[in-house]
Amino acid sequence: MDEAPTPGLNIAVLVKHVPDAQFDRHLNGPRNTTERSESILSELDEYALEAALQLVEQHGGDAAGHRVTAVTMGPGPAVSAVKKALQMGAAEGVHLTDDALAGSDASATSRALAALLSHLGPFDLVLTGMASTDGETSLVPAQLAERLDLPQVTFAAALELEAAEAGWTLTARRDGDAYSETITCQLPALVSVTDQINEPRYPNFKGIMAAKKKPLRTLSLSDVGLTAEEVGFAGSWTAFEAAEPRPPRSQGIVITDEGDAGLRLVDFLAGQKLL
Amino acid sequence: MPTVLVFIHDPGAVLAKNDRELLTLAGTLGDPVAAVAGDAGDPLLDGLGSYGVSTCYLPADPTVGKSLVAGKAAFLAEAVRASGAAVALLGNAYEAKEIAARAGVRLESGVITDVVAVADDLTATKSVFAGSYTSQCRVTTGIPILAVKPNSIEAAEAGQPATPETIRVEVPVPAAAAVITGRVDKPATGRPDLAEARVIVAGGRGVDGNFAPLEELADLLGGAVGASRAATDAGWIEHSAQIGQTGKTVSPQLYISAGISGAVQQKAGMQTSQVIVAINKDPDSPVFEIADFGVVGDLFTVLPQAAEEIRKRRA
Repeated sequence: MDEAPTPGLNIAVLVKHVPDAQFDRHLNGPRNTTERSESILSELDEYALEAALQLVEQHGGDAAGHRVTAVTMGPGPAVSAVKKALQMGAAEGVHLTDDALAGSDASATSRALAALLSHLGPFDLVLTGMASTDGETSLVPAQLAERLDLPQVTFAAALELEAAEAGWTLTARRDGDAYSETITCQLPALVSVTDQINEPRYPNFKGIMAAKKKPLRTLSLSDVGLTAEEVGFAGSWTAFEAAEPRPPRSQGIVITDEGDAGLRLVDFLAGQKLL
Repeated sequence: MPTVLVFIHDPGAVLAKNDRELLTLAGTLGDPVAAVAGDAGDPLLDGLGSYGVSTCYLPADPTVGKSLVAGKAAFLAEAVRASGAAVALLGNAYEAKEIAARAGVRLESGVITDVVAVADDLTATKSVFAGSYTSQCRVTTGIPILAVKPNSIEAAEAGQPATPETIRVEVPVPAAAAVITGRVDKPATGRPDLAEARVIVAGGRGVDGNFAPLEELADLLGGAVGASRAATDAGWIEHSAQIGQTGKTVSPQLYISAGISGAVQQKAGMQTSQVIVAINKDPDSPVFEIADFGVVGDLFTVLPQAAEEIRKRRA
């Protein structure tokens, strides 16, 4: 293995506390914000954390001076996403929390995260999941790259780092519908990964015990140099005007095949003018 | 009439279906202009003209797409400035959303994704939580940048075609960008793109590695073939066919689900389909709760019988 540049890699992984998609999810209150009870570490962020841990392990581990920091923003309970990341193997955690953050859209979220990462950094690598499983916009990683002026390598399905004297070179594979691309850049960079990149590890007992001793910091807006007007509802560039639950699909006809189900299926399609 | 800019993020030789839909939507909101992120040959320009596009903006350097997202986002921002557009529309594919995201920061403008309708006052309708909610959103700062889902509007050419004038705009080169160094094309299936298909036949665990009956029915109906995560994870079909929370979200006119139980992960990707047909051996499969027409039976007998019957009726 080639000699790694010193000091080691400083990696930030963004993690989000999201409503568990296994249950019904709700928008609440006068401003239609997300109801966050029954929340968990976003499944899609586990792939980002696993990717960070694997990169560290492939390049000499903690002994080489590499460091993985799990970062989140959100209300008090959001810290549980960071705790899970510490159990999986991140070295330290940071939680940006402030009442004023409530209602942040992608632009306000990316502004807050950019300020937080600038405050904590500099980082060689910022890793994220491909989307949150609640907002599902996939906007934040791209906006963060724009704000931090970092090359963006998004939706990576495979990832490699190569060390050279001049620094680290990152190569990624990105799979589209019609083609697959190879992407290259120098670090620092922002990378989002898909659920195809790896199989995230489960925290083991040792990891769970070790996590309790790991540093976990809580920061407020003023700690990272932001005012309340720059984030939350006030700092957002979009607004929800109304939201209503989609009427549940009414159950249609269910038949049991008695040898003619294919014909009855075609009858149904013809009746719906779908043939 | 306000100027409405349609951003064609991945131009081909001619207009793609989604681009024609965006241009149609633009025509309902104001005067359409286009920005093409690459080269525009005559067939493409003629196509734009038939949708009433008077001006087509092109990057001075057509290799703007060589860097990942950053170059095209910078071009979109410059094209919005050059055209004085009141709103920008683009597609809802991952790359399009990311271009919208970065251009939004450059223009200090709000971005709304997953849009299914746009009102005259630019209020956007979008679905939230994978179709569990429908919401009305507005961009409150800057020039609205709206990523519109395919099949949201029926494409229709303009009453008065135009001959677009082309204007080249200089695009600042992003200081730090990742570069696309290689591209391997996948073999073409001849079937429509999943996101744009009017009919999708999707298979899951129950397919047990054999997609042939699904492909046969899809081809008869001019549809695409999709899959649940169980089927893509098993390696029976490529990952890009996955429909669901970690795959694609689709809203075709007809979704035929075969051998898929219909758990939350799958439902998230297809519950906004107009008509859902489900075939599954297990009468307790959750997919039957949302199906308009369900068959408790074996997909390997039901699908071929249906295909045979369609052929017979068309003969």
